[in-house]
Amino acid sequence: MSIGQYAKRERTMITGDCRPSIPRFVKLRHDAGRGRWILLAPERVFNPDEIAVSVLQKCDGVRSVSDIAAILADDYQAPVDVILKDIIDMLQDLSDKGVLNAGEPTNS
Amino acid sequence: MNEVTPVEQSAVAAVDPSCARAPVGMLCELTHRCPLQCPYCSNPTDLERVATELTTEEWQSVMRQAGELGILQVHLSGGEPTVRKDLEEILEAAVKAGLYTNLITAGVTINRERLMKLAEIGLDHVQLSIQDVDSENADRISAYKGGLAKKIEVSQWTKEAGMALTINAPIHRQNIHNVPRMIEFAIECGAGRIEIAHVQYYAWALLNRGSLMPTRESFMTAAKQVEEAREKYKGIIVIDMVVPDYYAKFPKPCMGGWAKQILNVTPQGRVLPCHAAESITHLTFDNVKDRPLADIWLNGDAFNKYRGTEWMKEPCRTCPRKEIDFGGCRCQAFALTGDATNTDPACSLSPMHDEWAKVAEVESHSTPPDFIYRRVGGAKVTVGGAKEPVPGE
Repeated sequence: MSIGQYAKRERTMITGDCRPSIPRFVKLRHDAGRGRWILLAPERVFNPDEIAVSVLQKCDGVRSVSDIAAILADDYQAPVDVILKDIIDMLQDLSDKGVLNAGEPTNS
Repeated sequence: MNEVTPVEQSAVAAVDPSCARAPVGMLCELTHRCPLQCPYCSNPTDLERVATELTTEEWQSVMRQAGELGILQVHLSGGEPTVRKDLEEILEAAVKAGLYTNLITAGVTINRERLMKLAEIGLDHVQLSIQDVDSENADRISAYKGGLAKKIEVSQWTKEAGMALTINAPIHRQNIHNVPRMIEFAIECGAGRIEIAHVQYYAWALLNRGSLMPTRESFMTAAKQVEEAREKYKGIIVIDMVVPDYYAKFPKPCMGGWAKQILNVTPQGRVLPCHAAESITHLTFDNVKDRPLADIWLNGDAFNKYRGTEWMKEPCRTCPRKEIDFGGCRCQAFALTGDATNTDPACSLSPMHDEWAKVAEVESHSTPPDFIYRRVGGAKVTVGGAKEPVPGE
């Protein structure tokens, strides 16, 4: 069998136009015993804070990063450009760790 | 749509309140049977027979209890876990219990249909071992013909099914020169992660230390190659490295601290604070057949023996790092000093450290002896003849 079909060749860069989603093999859930939200991934348990959880719950593959930033800017009464930058940083980190589908816009 | 949505709220009330102190992970050695015979296997040298293994129902109960205790991740391991014909039923119980599921496999005993079935049941992550990227050398190390080609197939099926893929590469003097190629191999397979796991010298690996210990120079080269690859492949693959502690300044925080994060269930159902714990001969271990898992974790003698820092002697007791590395590995301290409460000789503060590090230096520059392969009875036949230059014994 040949390999290479699933090889990732380049780092994915998150932009406002990406429509991110959480892969099948990553689980965002509430951990009742420890009273916190967790993101379960291969050999990793992430502890996202309240805002990160709010972002991750909106990563449905439909909303763009900019859409999510607009919603949070409204919820937290904060400037949208600041929120957008923070969200991109956070999602870039998760993408680099292989626990986020970036949902890059397709080239037309 | 994927499975992102928060876990049903109905699950919340059922969680045991003790789970605030619950372990994060559970390693289940479903069996000691394995078609491979790798000379660094982490299983004990006294392998358990099939007739003594826990039944399907007993393993399913372990999974349910783990979920109630607040355990988050389960690692289905062995031996080779896929030789259990009831793996599907055990996995199903783990998924139902809300556990994140990881299959640790050599990949040579599973076909596409069965792997797809496991994915359908809810398997999240496949951790696939390789012995080398040179097929012939891989065959020699594992004493199994044609393994690498099968592993490649399994890696592609894993990706096809949308599961996470990790390549697990145990590293030693007979394959350390291929570290960069192993990382490239993992990328080609589509793995999100690779473990460059330097062999840890317990059990089979301790018997074979003279054949496996790399020189300090080759270790340093490999470490540099990993650093470069991390930079080069950022965002492409995550590279985790386990260092050989013979060459470390401080010991590893073994298991993240004794009885702190992880528990291990043997094929027979004994519950251990780490997979090597039975090498500490004065400890006794409870069995899931006799006692609830939560009770064993919270109150079992073996778990409380070295939990926390109260048991420590000097130099650990007053060491500023005692909550960082917990004095290293209890099993290694016991094996090399005869007292499990001593500092692990991997620590530069151990009075035995220099003598012990010298052993690695000498062995790694000597001609490697033949492997003592991991097989039932294999160790017993050869252990008397194997040299064990352990200092201080």
